Amino acid sequence: MAKVMVVTSGKGGVGKTTSTAALGAALATTGKNVVLVDFDVGLRNLDLVMGAERRVVYDLINVVQGDAKLVQALIRDKRLPSLHLLPASQTRDKDALTDEGVEKVIGELKEKFDWVICDSPAGIERGATLAMRHADVAIVVTNPEVSSVRDSDRIIGLLDSKTEKAEKGERVQKHLLLTRFDAARAGRGEMLNVDDVLEILSIPLLGIIPESTEVLRASNLGSPVTLNNPTSAPARAYFDAAKRLNGEALEVKIPSDRRSLFGKLFGRRAA
Amino acid sequence: MKLMDFFKRPRTAPVARERLQILLAHERAVSGKSDLIAILQEEIMAVIAKHFPIDQDGITVKMERGEVVSTLEVEVEIPTPMCPTFPLPKKAVPAEAPPVAEPACEAESCCCEEAVEEDQPRAAAG
Repeated sequence: MAKVMVVTSGKGGVGKTTSTAALGAALATTGKNVVLVDFDVGLRNLDLVMGAERRVVYDLINVVQGDAKLVQALIRDKRLPSLHLLPASQTRDKDALTDEGVEKVIGELKEKFDWVICDSPAGIERGATLAMRHADVAIVVTNPEVSSVRDSDRIIGLLDSKTEKAEKGERVQKHLLLTRFDAARAGRGEMLNVDDVLEILSIPLLGIIPESTEVLRASNLGSPVTLNNPTSAPARAYFDAAKRLNGEALEVKIPSDRRSLFGKLFGRRAA
Repeated sequence: MKLMDFFKRPRTAPVARERLQILLAHERAVSGKSDLIAILQEEIMAVIAKHFPIDQDGITVKMERGEVVSTLEVEVEIPTPMCPTFPLPKKAVPAEAPPVAEPACEAESCCCEEAVEEDQPRAAAG
């Protein structure tokens, strides 16, 4: 049974695209057939983070408007054959996406894949509501910071009212993914800690992704962090989150990159 | 002690947490409330419109939250077509040539005639 999952946040720059790429790749390594759909029309970036920017021929809007077939627009990942990307259009605006067109494309994708992961644009406008429209599962990406938490609260409200599931009286399964977390700063009381955010947003925790230079290093190279450096702390956190999505009951830990004194002194490299 | 305070940076996260809790409690109440009232207003209007021709502005829905009980006040203005002083909303005018596009119009004008016999132009529920 295919699952449609939206990665959303309200606020921009919190790590939606990074998390979409990393989780998608992690799910694909477990043998699942995964497609990542970029809904950020006009400001697409998932193609770049995935390293597929030069392979885009057709996009979501071409498919929605019937100018291209779905199979023509899908890009198969070169590293993982079960991972696919449906890019957004860079030149059109989001009004080109119609409700019926999106519904049809999602329906077709559900027949082909185990996981349909929709990367939502920031904001609460049409693009964001269309990305969450058909979701069974939602990942709310949040930074431990006041504006991100506030916007996440707003998005949770929309997930409970503007989705197809909500309108049928059902519930979208919501998960919190806390990204850019710095355990040391939280420990010193300089950053909201995990319990603070969980208490305020009161949705279950899917994972904690530690702040790490590995994330930027991976995006520089156009590779999900889970493929670029699978043993790094953020990659391990994403792999654990993917396992939880597949139904495994794992205790949530905050992985860290432990470095020796030698590593601390000389281990610094350009990201 | 004072020297220690000088070196120790104040804990700001508890402030962030408290500010968020207060703000979100307020924002949730406001957004939830306005949504519910809007939905109620729409649904109540749909039910009444089946029987009386009413205007969009002729209905007000208010909710007051008390400590023990909350009250929902619904006020519906129903025009009396026979009364010459009563300002008739546009929709309620029994049109001589009903617009063809509205199939429900026939039933509506039918209701209009029944409504003539209504004594009370206003119905209120508390």
